Amino acid sequence: MTSFDAIVIGCGHNGLVTAATLATAGRKVLVLEAGKEVGGAARTEEFAPGFRGSSVAHLLNRLHPDVVKTLELEKHGLKIARADFIPSVALSKNGPPLVLHGAYGEVLTGASSSEQSAWRDLRAQLLRYAGILKPFLSRRPPDLDGMSLLETASLGQTALALRKLGKEDMRDFLRVLLMNVADLLDEQLEDIRLKGLLAFDATLGCHLGPRSPTSLLGLYYRLAGETGGAAGAQMLPQGGMGAVVAAIRASAERAGVVIRISAPVAKIVVEKGRAVGVTLDNGEELRASTIVSAINPATTFLDLVGPREIDTGFVRKVKNIRMRGDAAKLNLALDRPPQFTGVDAAGHNGRLVIAPSPDHVERAFNPSKYGEFSQEPVMEITLPSLADPSLAPGGACVLSTVVQYAPYALKEGWVAGKPKFLKAIMAQLEAYAPSIGKSIVHAELLTPADIETRYRMPGGHWHHGELQADQMLMSRPVSSWSGYDTPIEGLFLAGAGSHPGGGVSGAPGLNAAWRIIAMGR
Amino acid sequence: MNRHVKINSARIAAQSHFRTLRLGTPFQPRIDALAKTQDWYNWAGYRAPHSLWDEELEYFAIRSQAALFDISPMTKYRIEGPDAEAFLDRVTLRDVTKLRPGRIHYTAWCDDEGFVLDDGTLFRLSPTRFRLCSQERHLPWLLDSAIGFDVTVKEETEAVAGLALQGPTSFAALRDAGFAGVEKLRVFDLADFAHDGSTVTISRTGFTGDLGYELFVPADKALSLWDRLMTSGELHGIRAIGYTALNRARLEAGLIVANADFTTAEHAIRADRLRMPDEIGLGFMIDLEKGHFNGRRAILAARAKCKLRHVLVGLEIEGNIPAEHAIVYHKKSGEVGLVSAAMWSPMAKRNIAIASLARPYGDTVVEDLWVEIYAMRELQYQKLMKRAKVVARPFIKLERRTTTPPADF
Repeated sequence: MTSFDAIVIGCGHNGLVTAATLATAGRKVLVLEAGKEVGGAARTEEFAPGFRGSSVAHLLNRLHPDVVKTLELEKHGLKIARADFIPSVALSKNGPPLVLHGAYGEVLTGASSSEQSAWRDLRAQLLRYAGILKPFLSRRPPDLDGMSLLETASLGQTALALRKLGKEDMRDFLRVLLMNVADLLDEQLEDIRLKGLLAFDATLGCHLGPRSPTSLLGLYYRLAGETGGAAGAQMLPQGGMGAVVAAIRASAERAGVVIRISAPVAKIVVEKGRAVGVTLDNGEELRASTIVSAINPATTFLDLVGPREIDTGFVRKVKNIRMRGDAAKLNLALDRPPQFTGVDAAGHNGRLVIAPSPDHVERAFNPSKYGEFSQEPVMEITLPSLADPSLAPGGACVLSTVVQYAPYALKEGWVAGKPKFLKAIMAQLEAYAPSIGKSIVHAELLTPADIETRYRMPGGHWHHGELQADQMLMSRPVSSWSGYDTPIEGLFLAGAGSHPGGGVSGAPGLNAAWRIIAMGR
Repeated sequence: MNRHVKINSARIAAQSHFRTLRLGTPFQPRIDALAKTQDWYNWAGYRAPHSLWDEELEYFAIRSQAALFDISPMTKYRIEGPDAEAFLDRVTLRDVTKLRPGRIHYTAWCDDEGFVLDDGTLFRLSPTRFRLCSQERHLPWLLDSAIGFDVTVKEETEAVAGLALQGPTSFAALRDAGFAGVEKLRVFDLADFAHDGSTVTISRTGFTGDLGYELFVPADKALSLWDRLMTSGELHGIRAIGYTALNRARLEAGLIVANADFTTAEHAIRADRLRMPDEIGLGFMIDLEKGHFNGRRAILAARAKCKLRHVLVGLEIEGNIPAEHAIVYHKKSGEVGLVSAAMWSPMAKRNIAIASLARPYGDTVVEDLWVEIYAMRELQYQKLMKRAKVVARPFIKLERRTTTPPADF
């Protein structure tokens, strides 16, 4: 039997990135995937006969350039061109929508000229500030216990970048850093449609409303991402998100990575504080000197390693990671493309957002604090089959939407709540795309509970842990252990639960691989 | 409004505990009756005696008669379940799989960073049932440590009353009280005996380095147990004692006290007050061959990187003035540590102390150590610089502590 230097648990995109990077550096790597398919929550799946869509993640807006470069993804089938950038459309029930064109609104249409100039200023400022944080994405979080010279130097560069902002700008950066997004928007903008869209983007995927303290960080996180070299740009990958994963997989296999599907890991074997292998649920034991867990950190430690092999304080920290998802995914199979009021053909190819105002987003958030879903949910909608007809039968259409707020721990339970929530979502859609309801062939609603079961993501949280100030950087996934290594020697984390966080970026996976290589393993 | 008032008065009624500033133990009626000095202190929220009638004579009751000391305020946890052994093996330093039912061992436990949270005694009452006794309270830590184990952890400090009966005639007192078979108990053995329609657990343990026992009963059987021992012990010179006497005996025995000789990790505010087992003389407990235990990784790393900065030693100091809380010097000039407990030992006939020193002093450098004693003489300090020698603990070894069956004094 072939022996491996490293075993990667979980074949989501981060697991694949780690495996490919390690293999490129000469390691023999085996990836074990519990499910029947690779890709985790970044797959293209058939959800109704003839209808395919990106199962959870549907927009590419933060695949890290280092990942694209290191894995040579463009050689392996990934196409990123400026022409693929899609606009964001802030839908409006009455009147024309407001549209952010290019890379996160290089051009704004549908707003007054004074609002356009206010937006230019705000956009520039947001990108400048997000740019300060951007270098953190591609390195280990600062280590308070002692950093290498290189790490200290790169932190120094951040300080330098901060100084380069100039005195006024630096002060303002620090002033707004932990603000809520709604207050910042109120300082600079007038148009509630534009503010609604930004408030939605800042809170998407988090258990935060626009008026929750620190909610601005979510917007920075989004804008620290880039596509094709343009910050904030977004695109719908041809073939769905599964095609992105296919490119990463091709790169990994080219480098010699072996992937085994339907091979769920039951246990990480620990001997005298050192990870030495894994046991599959069929009892098969596989050994390697480096074990990488690219799955959820809580699952890794509480289930696969088990509390007996780790210290009580660490168990406490892991148990305290907040990871209850608050977003649902709705995939609709439609017999014809929907018509959103006032939106032109280009707009329909874009990202359509229902978030009419920051107040509306805040009101949608309120019930989720008490275990109830939004009666008037906010959402982002894409129609991927318009640009990629292979996803739907001729003349038919796929509608893919991320909806919030849908608290994981719904008070009435999701069995009872799901049909009611679907009704609430459809009522919203109907208001913006009249008679869309009549064109539905099939509706697949994935609540956080469904996402948890289907994609093995505890809490159904796509970041594998709330992405908020207290769970970022050196506190992600837990304090003292944020640098991809763990209290178990030879065991590393590489998933979205680690710094910098979720989204199809590959950054945690890449950083983890670099850490493993730097440690000479 | 009325409802509001009602809730308030109910809450106030429930808060009446604050009117009792110090709790009494189940033995309090008997102890109060004997407390001639009215010299109390606070032991974990209980009213405990420093001394009852004369601390010198109380000390000699330990060494020449039988001394009865109320240990009810000691924190006690009942740990039970199929995984109790595995749970305790993970929490504590020593190998619990080697602790047989009916046996006790002295152990300690650490946090993730390898710093000592407390030391204590672990009683194995049955294959699946244990009692952990300690100085500080640890329920949240123990409950969080129980995650992933089939085990229940319950605080039983109030429910279980405890007595230490220590001294050369302690065995005779127990035998005459009718505890047949108690002579078979070897050091660190325990057994159950009938008492007043219930059960008393008697162990051959103690904090004195002397022949002695500890007895645990349900709180409602406390007074009948006290009376039974006092009656049987009368002709064996049994005396109730306070903590001052016990504290001297434990120092002679070389035993350390949490938050007196070292600061427990959860109490330490200053980062340099934290101590690893190796720094307080408990390194012998660490078993790297057993499975994982809390702090293992940190302890190994500290040993490998030589990050153990302190050492706890026994000192013998010239002269006869106790060096309590004296600063320890190297070559009479450089400060290298502090004495945490000191006395003139009547048994050892030596001036003894326990001190914490900064390595390498006390570790590889043991020559030319001095202590500076401030002796108050009629409102003036007389400063004495006395030579100190690092010596082995315990400071006294009494054959009767371990002889089985014990002699009948």
